[in-house]
Amino acid sequence: MKMTGAKALVKSLEKEGVKHIFGYPGGRLISVHHELHESKKIQHLLMRHEQVAAHAADAYARATGKVGVCMATSGPGATNLVTGIANAYMDSIPMVAITAQVGSMDIGTDAFQEADITGITLPIVKHSYLVKDATEIPRIVKEAFFIASTGRPGPVLIDLPSDMSMSQIEYDENAEMNLPGYKPTFKGHARQVKTAAKMILASLQPVIYAGGGVILSNAASELTNLAHITRIPVTVTLMGKGAIPETDELSLGMLGMHGTAYANHAISNSDLIIAIGARFDDRVTGKLSTFAPNAKIIHIDVDPAEIGKNVKVDVPIVGDAKQVLTELNKQLAEDMAKVKPLPWAAWHDQIVAWKKKHPLAYKSNGDLLPQYVIEQIYEATKNLDAVITTGVGQHQMWAAQFVKTLKPRTFISSGGLGTMGFGVPSALGAQVGRPDAVVFDIDGDGSFQMVSQDMATAAAYDLPVNICILNNQWLGMVRQWQELFWDKRYAYTDLTPGMPDFMKLAEAYGAEGIRITKPEEVRPAIERAIKSKKPCILEFVILGEQGVFPMVPPGKGLQDMIYDQPEPKKGGAK
Amino acid sequence: MRHTVSALVENKPGVLVRIAGLFARRGFNIESLAVGQTEKPSISRMTIVVDVADRPLEQVSKQLNKLINVLKVSDLKASEAVERELSLFKVSAKPETRAEVIEIVDIFRAKIVDASRDELIIEATGTEDKIAAIENMLAPYGIREMSRTGKIALARGGKKTE
Ligand SMILES: Cc1cc2nc3c(=O)[nH]c(=O)nc-3n(C[C@H](O)[C@H](O)[C@H](O)COP(=O)(O)OP(=O)(O)OC[C@H]3O[C@@H](n4cnc5c(N)ncnc54)[C@H](O)[C@@H]3O)c2cc1C
Ligand SMILES: Cc1ncc(C[n+]2csc(CCOP(=O)(O)OP(=O)(O)O)c2C)c(N)n1
Ligand SMILES: [Mg+2]
Repeated sequence: MKMTGAKALVKSLEKEGVKHIFGYPGGRLISVHHELHESKKIQHLLMRHEQVAAHAADAYARATGKVGVCMATSGPGATNLVTGIANAYMDSIPMVAITAQVGSMDIGTDAFQEADITGITLPIVKHSYLVKDATEIPRIVKEAFFIASTGRPGPVLIDLPSDMSMSQIEYDENAEMNLPGYKPTFKGHARQVKTAAKMILASLQPVIYAGGGVILSNAASELTNLAHITRIPVTVTLMGKGAIPETDELSLGMLGMHGTAYANHAISNSDLIIAIGARFDDRVTGKLSTFAPNAKIIHIDVDPAEIGKNVKVDVPIVGDAKQVLTELNKQLAEDMAKVKPLPWAAWHDQIVAWKKKHPLAYKSNGDLLPQYVIEQIYEATKNLDAVITTGVGQHQMWAAQFVKTLKPRTFISSGGLGTMGFGVPSALGAQVGRPDAVVFDIDGDGSFQMVSQDMATAAAYDLPVNICILNNQWLGMVRQWQELFWDKRYAYTDLTPGMPDFMKLAEAYGAEGIRITKPEEVRPAIERAIKSKKPCILEFVILGEQGVFPMVPPGKGLQDMIYDQPEPKKGGAK
Repeated sequence: MRHTVSALVENKPGVLVRIAGLFARRGFNIESLAVGQTEKPSISRMTIVVDVADRPLEQVSKQLNKLINVLKVSDLKASEAVERELSLFKVSAKPETRAEVIEIVDIFRAKIVDASRDELIIEATGTEDKIAAIENMLAPYGIREMSRTGKIALARGGKKTE
């Protein structure tokens, strides 16, 4: 069948089962949009900024488990995708980014709107393609989706010169992949699994440390099973939220810099850490030399380069979390039928004692506090099919602490890159992927202002996202560091000057605007937003100068955590 | 520690820059790099010499292995591999010193590949040590220019270079 490269691209995307593309047009991309417009299988959503398109595709992938797709024109369109691609890369999210490029013959001439996007993105993609022969488009698309979604997932870029999209080609329906150098390992080594099981049954203070890999491999039920058969407590990373319901009695919540005191204590005192799909990030380990000094480590990860990268591992198992956990659970069940149960009661008692002594809590004083707002968002949505997304900052950490995530793919946050402005796009992407879900974005006044223009997208496509701005009038997370570690010199973190009227902004975008200033208004506002079919902006005018606690100071060990939430205080440096 | 990394890669555009990028972002200097086709035209071998400690190298090797176009990476130990380098020296050789220069060429079983009135181009192959030795010997006569291929290597004996 003869057709243009652009049409071949669209057909190939349809063949991959793509239903949604987040994109933005431009001269050299018109040919592709021209064909997309005719597609009956793919809906293209016109965003208001390419960065938002990339973040939305990223969150779409997180919410659905499918590959997210974004698209931008050459030059500035492509460079605007960069932050979004980096974000997906850092959190191992399957995404395909398609960019237009100047004509093949003009590459390297500083032609109008030329940017070497394959070069620019080299260190932040899993792989990339510059199309040099339009007949290869079907194969390249097939490979891109395969690479993005298998092994350790990640973004793949396809850069399409304009002459490639316009040339007539013979469409190869049966294009085959040719990836001799790509062979991710899925099945864990059987002997290592046996050794791991033995080690687990010989430990006295074991902890499961579950990360984003458990979510990515759809292994939450296998992980929960592992915890339940062995009764080993589970702590999760920010990316691992949802690996086990946080209401489970074995759940310790999140560990790390802003993790719960009991999770950090459990890790620090454990004699065996079972790490699954987690990468011993510095936000998690604190100072490496004092990290879990007495623990042996079993590390299950699909990426061999993660094993031994930051910590010494005793039993490495390279493989897909779901497959390895299935094997491990089988092995453990078998072994436990023979070996007598372990004296873990003391360890459980110890953990209960820590939970009692340092619960995740905050002191209220009648003011509107961020923790209370988030608790209420959780309470109001816990029995619904709900997805929570976040911006980056204090509000994100409070969300991690006070939203008990019950299911995988329902807590969506920028972890590795920590990209402010992720909240709104991720709410949009999640809502597109999960049209029936109630979507709440827990956002900051700073983060929101980085992407507020895309409320227009919510309006255009009737996406009933609920954007909750926790307005503390600060770049609060940075302010907290200035207060604790930089002599209270609040350099360039006060957002009061120029603070927009978010209610007018809501109105301008045809969204429902609700401003909340008192605790008793919180729940009714949330309920109203849930019922509303329109996009909503809820502005919570919170007490400004709160800190996120517990906190492990940067560069310190988990043992040196600052536990206590000081009294809510009024009046800061303003 | 100096390491010789041998990588089998798909013979495609962009592969070199992906590999070089993994070294560059960590601030590792590539001392030499040689690339050429293997017995299969679709596959090239890159031989990379870097000066880097063992642990960081292990991480880079793992990252190299993850590149989609990389088929195989190995850290070759000198004792288990045949290593060669080719170099060209343009040496000043006036009538009064020419005989001495030619003697050095003979000792090292090098070759004269070009001659002019007062210069010779000498081709030498061998291990790094041998190249260094001949360079040392030629230096007093005046090395005008020099060009080296960088090291190439293959594992010895029945072992495949993997
Ligand atoms: C302001 C701020 C504060 C933060 N504070 C904290 C904090 O206190 N605590 C915290 O935990 N995080 C915190 N983070 C997030 C942190 O930066 C990291 O993003 C996070 O800890 C990494 O999570 P992870 O280890 O689960 O790895 P991810 O980045 O989710 O990586 C996934 C891992 O799983 C592996 N994997 C992928 N697929 C599979 C598969 N199919 N099978 C097996 N393995 C697989 C990958 O190879 C990788 O190793 C914070 C972020 C910000 C922005
Ligand atoms: C794009 C980007 N720029 C800068 C930062 C550094 N940073 C981290 S948190 C933060 C403040 C966030 O402010 P806000 O969104 O209001 O959230 P708050 O901490 O006040 O809850 C900043 C500036 C970042 N993470 N991302
Ligand atoms: Mg703020």
